[in-house]
Amino acid sequence: MASLVGSRVERKEDKRFLTGKGRYTSDINLANQTYAIFVRSPHARAQIKKLDISKAQKSSGVVSILTGSEIAEDKIGGLIAGWAIRSEDGTEMKCPANPPLAKDIVNFVGDPVAVVIAESLEEAKVAAEKVSVDYKVLKAVTSTADAMDGDTIHEGIDKNLCFDWLLGDRQKVKEAFEKADKVISIDIINNRLIPNAMEPRACLADYNSASEEITLYTTSQNPHLSRLIMSAFGNVSPEHKLRVVAPDVGGGFGSKINVYNEDIVCSWAAKKINRAIKWVAERSESFLTDIHGRDHVTHAELAVTNDGKFLGFKNETIANLGAYARVFGTVTPTYLFGPCATGVYEIPAAYSNVKAVFTNTAPVDAYRGAGRPEATYTIERLVEKASMELGIDKTELRMKNFPTAFPFKQTLVHTVDSGDYVAGMEKAKQMADYNGYEARRKDSESRGKLRGIGVSSYFEACGIAPSAAVMSLGCGVGLWESAEVRFNPTGQVTVYTGSHSHGQSHQTTFAQIAADELGVPIENIDIVHGDTDKGTFGMGTYGSRSLTVGGIAIVNACKKIVEKGKRVTAKMLEASPEDVEFKDGEFIVAKSNKKKTIGEIAFACYLPGVRDEMKSPLPEGEEPGLKETAFFDPSNFSFPAGTHIAEVEIDPETGEVKLEKYTACDDFGRIINPMIVEGQVHGGLAQGIGQALYENAEYDETGQLMTGSYMDYTMPRADNFPEFNIGYTCTHATTNPLGVKGCGEAGAIAAPPTVMNAVIDALGGQEITMPATAEKVWKACKNLKKSNSKAA
Amino acid sequence: MRKVTLEINGKKVEKEVQDNTLLSTFLRDHLNLTGTHIGCDTSQCGACVVHVNGNSLKSCTALAADIDGSKVTTIEGLATNGKMHPMQEAFKKLHGLQCGFCTPGMVMSAVDLLQKNKKPSDTEIRDWLEGNICRCTGYQNIVAAVKEAATKM
Repeated sequence: MASLVGSRVERKEDKRFLTGKGRYTSDINLANQTYAIFVRSPHARAQIKKLDISKAQKSSGVVSILTGSEIAEDKIGGLIAGWAIRSEDGTEMKCPANPPLAKDIVNFVGDPVAVVIAESLEEAKVAAEKVSVDYKVLKAVTSTADAMDGDTIHEGIDKNLCFDWLLGDRQKVKEAFEKADKVISIDIINNRLIPNAMEPRACLADYNSASEEITLYTTSQNPHLSRLIMSAFGNVSPEHKLRVVAPDVGGGFGSKINVYNEDIVCSWAAKKINRAIKWVAERSESFLTDIHGRDHVTHAELAVTNDGKFLGFKNETIANLGAYARVFGTVTPTYLFGPCATGVYEIPAAYSNVKAVFTNTAPVDAYRGAGRPEATYTIERLVEKASMELGIDKTELRMKNFPTAFPFKQTLVHTVDSGDYVAGMEKAKQMADYNGYEARRKDSESRGKLRGIGVSSYFEACGIAPSAAVMSLGCGVGLWESAEVRFNPTGQVTVYTGSHSHGQSHQTTFAQIAADELGVPIENIDIVHGDTDKGTFGMGTYGSRSLTVGGIAIVNACKKIVEKGKRVTAKMLEASPEDVEFKDGEFIVAKSNKKKTIGEIAFACYLPGVRDEMKSPLPEGEEPGLKETAFFDPSNFSFPAGTHIAEVEIDPETGEVKLEKYTACDDFGRIINPMIVEGQVHGGLAQGIGQALYENAEYDETGQLMTGSYMDYTMPRADNFPEFNIGYTCTHATTNPLGVKGCGEAGAIAAPPTVMNAVIDALGGQEITMPATAEKVWKACKNLKKSNSKAA
Repeated sequence: MRKVTLEINGKKVEKEVQDNTLLSTFLRDHLNLTGTHIGCDTSQCGACVVHVNGNSLKSCTALAADIDGSKVTTIEGLATNGKMHPMQEAFKKLHGLQCGFCTPGMVMSAVDLLQKNKKPSDTEIRDWLEGNICRCTGYQNIVAAVKEAATKM
């Protein structure tokens, strides 16, 4: 039987999506359901002086109106930060309470203060307009850079500072910088982004008063984790009386990790009114209240020798957390950022210092890449600048500082198990025709255009693990994953995974893996996820962990099935279990022609007996049935890496940047399905290039979101991209039996510095901030013209 | 309220609707045709594209009452006798979708492109799809799928 791992298997999930049979949360309706509209603060920071619902209550069709007072009375808990971070001075981080409905004070535009529940959506909307809230508007803090100088937003949190974190050794860095021939320094902004999964968030909460069970359908990347948080911290219901279902979910990118206000409020309220409640975000609500990403202000320095050896690195970063710290809010700018700060280079001394601040803006949390794009942007912009200042070719300078051997023990935290960064660089250069660049530049020049080339080499740390390590660093949960493999008596297989697919193709990739492990045709394997009533508790999907953690749990559960199959075969064929081999779905007794198919074994396990004879196929003490569960907790992160090269052409008359070529050469270890990995790379690149050239979330000084719709926030479109040129190198991960590494975030990590390095190269080294809009680039072109004419 | 008569995916439908009911809402909430998706509130995303009298239209930009008497095809009506349309097949073959949310609108829009331009270039495909936002695929495999479908239609 040919191996399916490594093949371009078409997706099992596609037909339902292509024929309109997908079932997203907003597609589900329950009999007698009501509709919720949230009343949200129009102010970034204000005291609620009076909230009057009397008029709204009389509005047609209103079932109930609930506010922060009822939430407080019922002791419903708030939203939480999932990681506790300690400051450099040893003190614990300071986080404010974040009630699901604000009672006394609102802290960002969109912060909900009440929910209106009515018989129809229209009636809920009309009634919500009649809720009267008297606000005392306070001065908002919106600037990341100046947040520590602003008014104190949360009582008791001085300077709006959540923590002041350090990773690394300041003294060693000081000594390294003293030895440097040159110090390259840079001030950069990692622009704020809005994830914008195409499916707006939604939830539908139902309550059964007889069983006292709440069922919540919601747009979540991790239904089990949501249930745990809602139960343990939200106090909504005991875990066994709360079922969370995340059916088809239309993209997440990190924005659907969090339990949101609406999930808690609708679940709690459904029980209160004993009716189902449906809420679907309008896109404008998504813009205001989905978590945002990035938003760092950084000063970084690299100490170098004249011949290009890196001696030391440091960064001082202010990271904006928004109004509240949410699930991955505090870890994103710390343990997902700092350890990657030195990039793919051997740098003997380094530190990363991060001050995380609260502002009156939407909460900032994990968005595709989460911390690693910010780290990569910092080091790769610095290295590119170093190459300009030292006059050393950008690829040579990088290779000069790549590690020469693996495992590669990095300065700050990680020990990277495998990789070959030189091979990746050389292949990328060849794919991009790096050596032919000068001719293309001259061609652009002859047409009056400016051409630039940018390189970045990255590694990333994904599939966060092991649990003991992450919990020691403050994580509130372990980051293992579960799998359950169940045979039916007639031989088909259902695989339950604790991870969740919202575009990642688990139904296909995981079925390929199980098909190879069990020798069962892929069409006889179903992958089930997304429902806490089905399968074992699991941690969900984020941080490129599904395959490297969840996929391996499936492998391990399949191996247990095979072990049991060997024992049963041995009994049935009167052999010793050690003599039974398993291959391509058959258990074969060595040196004989005796064998059983895995289907026959499954049948025997479920129907263990024969007519007229007291005879069991099961060995003494063996349980009937064929079902195994495995939990996998990896010994380390996985470390994909690669080099990307971009070329841009700029029209100096208009400032328009055209991305002419984009080459990505990545090492994801063994690839299960090349078609799906390509898709992940393309999508990540689009988001990374989007950050560099188009996307930007902007608040004005009063805290109003200036980019709150698709009219104002530039989403990349089909005509913004060239055809990407994608290739791979391969070194297997040594920390899992498949040798796989995560691939979901690489594009979003590598693309921003690659593109910006190209833009800045074209602009003669002038720094500009992301996104490189036509206006900024046009101004830089004018400066370039001035300085060129001066030089002449 | 007024009565509208439409032919939806080949079947005659008569319904009472309010004057302000959007076609997208009508399809989803009145007819349970939930394949047509709503991804924004400013007619930008294109997840709700359907065909009205053969032409692609963002169904959030039309009132059901305004298109009385029209023929509407939604993503649910694209396959014939259980066999997917060549555009649907091409999207599957070339991985032109991931989360699937933008997909119905993307497919309906792409089918209309090929009705109007049998052999579009890459640039023409990318220009045509400017009104459909996809956050997952980076568009490359969508473009490839449209080209593939063009060879089959």
